[in-house]
Amino acid sequence: MTVTDLVSYEDALASYDPVMGLEVHVELGTATKMFCGCATTLGAEPNSQTCPVCLGLPGALPVVNATGVESAVRIGLALHCDIAEWCRFARKNYFYPDMPKNFQTSQYDEPIAFDGHLDVQLEDGEVFRVGIERAHMEEDTGKSTHIGGATGRIHGASHSLLDYNRAGIPLIEIVTKPITGAGARAPEIARAYVAELREVIRALGVSEARMEMGQLRCDVNVSLRPHGREKFGTRSETKNVNSLRSVERAVRFEIQRHAAVLDDGGVIVQETRHFHEENGSTTSGRVKEEAEDYRYFPEPDLVPLAPARAWVEELRAGLPELPLARRARLREEWGISAHEMQSALNAGAVDLVVATVEAGADATSARKWWLGELARRANEAGTDLTALPITPAQVARVAALVAEGALNDKLARQVIDGVLAGEGGPDDVVEKRGLRVVSDEGALGAAVDEAIAANPAVAEKVRGGKVAAAGALVGAVMKATRGQADAGRARELILERLGADA
Amino acid sequence: MPGITREEVAHLARLARLELTDEELEHFAGQLDDIIGAVARVADVAAEDVPPTSHPLPLTNVMRADRVRPSLTAEQALAAAPAQEQQRFKVPQILGEE
Repeated sequence: MTVTDLVSYEDALASYDPVMGLEVHVELGTATKMFCGCATTLGAEPNSQTCPVCLGLPGALPVVNATGVESAVRIGLALHCDIAEWCRFARKNYFYPDMPKNFQTSQYDEPIAFDGHLDVQLEDGEVFRVGIERAHMEEDTGKSTHIGGATGRIHGASHSLLDYNRAGIPLIEIVTKPITGAGARAPEIARAYVAELREVIRALGVSEARMEMGQLRCDVNVSLRPHGREKFGTRSETKNVNSLRSVERAVRFEIQRHAAVLDDGGVIVQETRHFHEENGSTTSGRVKEEAEDYRYFPEPDLVPLAPARAWVEELRAGLPELPLARRARLREEWGISAHEMQSALNAGAVDLVVATVEAGADATSARKWWLGELARRANEAGTDLTALPITPAQVARVAALVAEGALNDKLARQVIDGVLAGEGGPDDVVEKRGLRVVSDEGALGAAVDEAIAANPAVAEKVRGGKVAAAGALVGAVMKATRGQADAGRARELILERLGADA
Repeated sequence: MPGITREEVAHLARLARLELTDEELEHFAGQLDDIIGAVARVADVAAEDVPPTSHPLPLTNVMRADRVRPSLTAEQALAAAPAQEQQRFKVPQILGEE
């Protein structure tokens, strides 16, 4: 691997204007493949979900998955695209063993959806509009395992093994128009775009869009042009950038690398590049020596699609509230800033907070628990908030117990601890661990009397009017009750006993 | 006038991973040129009002419901594979030595 010289990000931006193009592949969550009835279940035995169609056996004929088409149209509509009145599939011919047919069924010059946009909100609340060139339907490839090389890489491998379970799973490829005017915020915009697109896909319910599972994958195209020049520079295409953070890093790295090459009087080679998660760099993959020649031609085994206008309008009317609008509404309802909403979104907490509020909690405490204690726990466990073994209803119950004074925050954290440890619901944990706030006057009164008796000097000060000194006695009560006392009530009792006014 | 050159045939042969001798190239280029010329005559008949078509049937929107149908067993799927390993299709080295 050659060492790549970089120009500092600031210097790169001082000399050049970055232009981006983002291609996102979304694996649809359909029950079956795009052109055959094979199941799409993850984790199945190798080659147990294939048939003559997806294996490309002679004479097999594909039939289009209706749900796949519907999902594509809905994605197109959510991205404000026009929906084609008539379009076809095309064969993209290439020789690579990940497709047993030697071609991928895709769409070429007749995408089902085209010419749209997606508004994305940046950290500071600014909204940036990303143009959508097209969204088209295609199919995923099989999974290769390379044997004999170092760490499973294709380089140096003696042979490869293919599992075609994934071959034929519906993909929607969403391509942006060239993103210009991003300037220094290009990496942030790229990340925000992929994040917002993921939200849209999830809101539509067409895919879980989990990047770590490869259900949403991004190819990042970057080019630089000197400020003031109209014509775009030569682009590089960094393939399979598979986390939001990596999207941001890949754009930043490529800007710095291109600037170094250009500053040096060199030329950017049009090529595909690989992103390296461990250090955020990219390295050269395959140089595109000639314009790719996939010999696209209309797929003769499938008839054209002509989405009826009435059906398209029906799908449009059935679209859910789009995520950006929904977040704006929730922001209003919860009374929080754009930045706070962004934190909730980044933490994957928005839906959880909504569900917790629906279960009866107020928005402030729902946000507090999910973004505080629970976010910390998820982080420690290296998992998502949604994967924590606690439900929004349980969090709402904890919030309710705090609101009615049965728990204080410290005890509430112990209750959450118990729920996460599988000890049952909040009420079970309160019961089993004996975590109720001690507000029972008898027990609390006894603790107060003990605290006064044990601290005569402090008690004397309070009697003499130094009300602030009562804090030490409250502390003693809390200690004696292992934090389970209602501190406010304890303070009242102390002042009452010592004849001081609050 | 439509037609195909020897260079274009060589290019297509390479894309299709076909190794052709000079003689074969010459031979096929001539034949393919004749075929293309013959097919091109269709264009003479088709008037302006005849749209290009990729399919002889006047059908659109042929789709199936998203319902799972039985797949082959892995054993059946691999039955005709020239080589297999770990229940997967075994293929020769993809990238040569560099």
